[in-house]
Amino acid sequence: MDSPKTLSMKPNYDIDYIKQLEHNSRREEIGRNWYKFSRNSLSITGLIVVVAVIIIALLAPYISPYPAHAGPFTDFANAKRPPNLTYLLGTDQIGRDILSRIIFGMRSSLLMGVVVLTLVVPPGVFLGLVAGYFHGTWIDTLIMRITDIFLAVPPLILALAVASVLKPNLWNSMMAISLMWWPWYTRLVYGLATTLRNEYFVTAAEVTGASTAHILFREILPNTISPILTKMSIDVAWVIIIGSMLSFVGLGVQPPEPSLGTMIADGSKYLPDQWWIAVFPALAIVVIVLGFNLLGDGIRDMFASEES
Amino acid sequence: MTETSSPLLEIKDLYVNFAVYGGDLRVLDGVNFKMYAGERIGLVGETGCGKTTTMRAVLRVLPTPPARISEGQVFLEGRDILKMKEEELSHVRGKSISMVFQDPTAALNPVFTIGKQMEAVIRNNLLEERKNDSRQVRSVAINALQDVSLADAERLLESYPVQLSGGMRQRICIAMALTTNPQILIADEPGTSLDVTIQDQILRLLRDLVENRNMSVILITHTLGVVRELTNRVYVMYAGSIVETANTERIFQQPLHPYSKGLIATVPRLTGGGIANGIPGHIPNYHNPPTGCRFHPRCTQVAEICRMQKPPLIEVEQNHSVACFLYSSEQKVNL
Amino acid sequence: MTAALLTVDNLKKHFLIGQTGSALNRQPVTVKAVDGISFEMNAGETLGLVGESGSGKSTVAYVVVGMYQPTGGKIRFLDKDIAYKDKRPKELQKAIQIVFQDPGSSLNPRHTIRQILEMPLRVHQKDKNLLEMVIYLLEIVGLPPETMYRYPRMLSGGEKQIVGIARALATNPQLIILDEPTSALDVSVQAKTINLLLQLQKEFNLSYLFITHDLSLMRNVATRVAIMYLGKICEVAYTSDFFSKPLHPYTQMLLSSIPVVSEEEEALRPKKVISHGEIPSPVNIPKGCSFHTRCPFAMPICMEIDPVFTQMDECHEVRCHLYLPKE
Repeated sequence: MDSPKTLSMKPNYDIDYIKQLEHNSRREEIGRNWYKFSRNSLSITGLIVVVAVIIIALLAPYISPYPAHAGPFTDFANAKRPPNLTYLLGTDQIGRDILSRIIFGMRSSLLMGVVVLTLVVPPGVFLGLVAGYFHGTWIDTLIMRITDIFLAVPPLILALAVASVLKPNLWNSMMAISLMWWPWYTRLVYGLATTLRNEYFVTAAEVTGASTAHILFREILPNTISPILTKMSIDVAWVIIIGSMLSFVGLGVQPPEPSLGTMIADGSKYLPDQWWIAVFPALAIVVIVLGFNLLGDGIRDMFASEES
Repeated sequence: MTETSSPLLEIKDLYVNFAVYGGDLRVLDGVNFKMYAGERIGLVGETGCGKTTTMRAVLRVLPTPPARISEGQVFLEGRDILKMKEEELSHVRGKSISMVFQDPTAALNPVFTIGKQMEAVIRNNLLEERKNDSRQVRSVAINALQDVSLADAERLLESYPVQLSGGMRQRICIAMALTTNPQILIADEPGTSLDVTIQDQILRLLRDLVENRNMSVILITHTLGVVRELTNRVYVMYAGSIVETANTERIFQQPLHPYSKGLIATVPRLTGGGIANGIPGHIPNYHNPPTGCRFHPRCTQVAEICRMQKPPLIEVEQNHSVACFLYSSEQKVNL
Repeated sequence: MTAALLTVDNLKKHFLIGQTGSALNRQPVTVKAVDGISFEMNAGETLGLVGESGSGKSTVAYVVVGMYQPTGGKIRFLDKDIAYKDKRPKELQKAIQIVFQDPGSSLNPRHTIRQILEMPLRVHQKDKNLLEMVIYLLEIVGLPPETMYRYPRMLSGGEKQIVGIARALATNPQLIILDEPTSALDVSVQAKTINLLLQLQKEFNLSYLFITHDLSLMRNVATRVAIMYLGKICEVAYTSDFFSKPLHPYTQMLLSSIPVVSEEEEALRPKKVISHGEIPSPVNIPKGCSFHTRCPFAMPICMEIDPVFTQMDECHEVRCHLYLPKE
């Protein structure tokens, strides 16, 4: 009997051609994703709003008309001015330019969204992956029961409690929000991973002897990315809202540093006569939140139609 | 016989397009189909060749958009279904044509008992004055279940779909389809999701039922063996059009179209002898279908004309039509 | 010939699916998916393991490939005991591979074909040039290199299944378990896939444990066929014997149920055994011979005693009271 062939033959191939193929397919993939995302004009609107907010936040000191007004500043002579050409959105009760303060307020709101999600998503997702993959074992029980405990405490109360124990400022309120936020990612990923672990491609990796890390991060994780991204974009908005709430009740960003929540809180005392003090920061929150939500829908569309 | 009577169901030049990313796909490319009362027809072809789309177009249950019936007529006893109003249409769907689906699990609602689901169907079709007579409705349901050889019908009516086996669910679906005494039963891959011994029982049941009631059947399937067991006429479909039709016996003995030949040759035989490699290539992409005969890129006997023109469906022998230029010379002799 | 490639001896796999009884008197409910089956496989052979759903055929496959630990019995591969190992050694993961039924779920939708094929190579062929190996794998299964950067959703069902075969080949295995590899495909695509499998078998001297419900397919592919019913083998024989002299009533029932496409085949089908009844739930396996509830030849003894195997011909064994020598 001939000795059987083994997989050791060298194929003929043109490495440049292969590289070209890889390059083309990557470009094609990006093009296809962009097409799916851009089919809905609302997603584009969301993207534009989000990009604009990010740029404005980054360039705050350069584009705001009165950067000094974001700090300890008073000008009682110009207090409570309605919107005019010098102060486009008017001034507040101590004469600070509302537009400038909104721009700086966006900065801290966005910073809060980004920092909280960076703190929350990796551990939340990791715990969800591990618990989901080891579904039915003690690891699952341990992780998910702890998650349940965190989920059982009303989130705002928890954040309030933490924020009131710690010194109230931007960083501590971010810590407080992060502490209550990770279980949602664990839950989300856990649900996905318990289904995905039964897919045959995971089994194929297992019987071939792939490492657990490979299975968790290379096989399962990529299939959870789209719901995670969608949730993240919507959560940025939520974090901003909750951050504003904390500021509103005085547990977040401390004056004189501007925050949209504090601005609304202060401005609400002057409603309805000096409406601009509260209404414009509120509108800013609405625009940011809407922008991120629309972006989230677009991301979901992009991935959803890919699977069908 | 076929020359004298008029067909029960006739599809004339049916074209259906689907609007999707990248263009308007012509999924049905001129389907022609005739069915006489009492005929049992098998509609065969590979997945994605338009069998189910054709039947959905007939019942007008295609999702529109993206689908659009761009041309054609579907006559049921001389009336064009495609021009009917919604009211008439529901009459056709309920009473004239019934459908049995491939997956009996998906066809039954898991949260209602079998009885509830059957009664809903029966109520829709009973005469007005008898509608509210629940004893009447129930007895119709029980009779229907007994007709499909299900014992203990009373208890079955109280069960939920999950409590039943796949074979029983398929029987119940058949029973529901038959309660209205339809003229035409469309069966989409009945029993193919079931085990072979159960499938055999279902097919025997179907055959008995349609023979006793002189019902006409359209069987949609890609399992050729089932077609041979159950039907007396076969339509072979490829990429949106009928490429060959003949009596069942005839087509299995002497298929003419290269596609039918390939399809029959690839079926693994109980007699052994290996499996023919069959038809090279695969079903064309509807984004960019081949010109002329849509089968030509896979055809082993392709000629120049096949790339330019679509061959018409021509009767080459009595009751045996084929859409292929290989046989068009014979047609000239006949003329 | 030396020792068999794979020996399965009295293999059992029971699943605990719940409990019944009162809180004080809990009774475990088990499904005896595989309940004492034995068979041998030689190198280069295809064994067709045929059965209906619920027969336990896939469980056998999953135990052999190491997805499940057996409840009892022995599995020997090249004369080494491989059951009861917590994690299989690398050589074994390399030597036994599997191709799954559902081409949709067996390829990671977020990976390119290149990534999919690199997975087993990363584990087992680290020293080699991965890109070269991927191209070579695609070449031997007849897919163009352009396939590499496609995602599974861009391939047809048949192509996906071929990628699944290429992935199984990547570790250079000796035994491949084929779990209904073509049941989701059209016949024309099935034909091509099967012929590719047969060609690869010759080329690389592979052994196939072919799990299927399709007897007609096995007639053309298998060296030997074994029929399973409710976790046990009823009949095993060389393919030609099996189809010319089917002995077990269940085999005859299966054969008579197959829809065929020619008269020659019809002549081969046993006429007398018409299918009736359904396969009982594996939670409640009938006493005695488990087939007696559907068997047209059932005798009183069948309801009491589970028959043992009778050797009929060389390598033709049947487990039925009809063929047991009378005492």
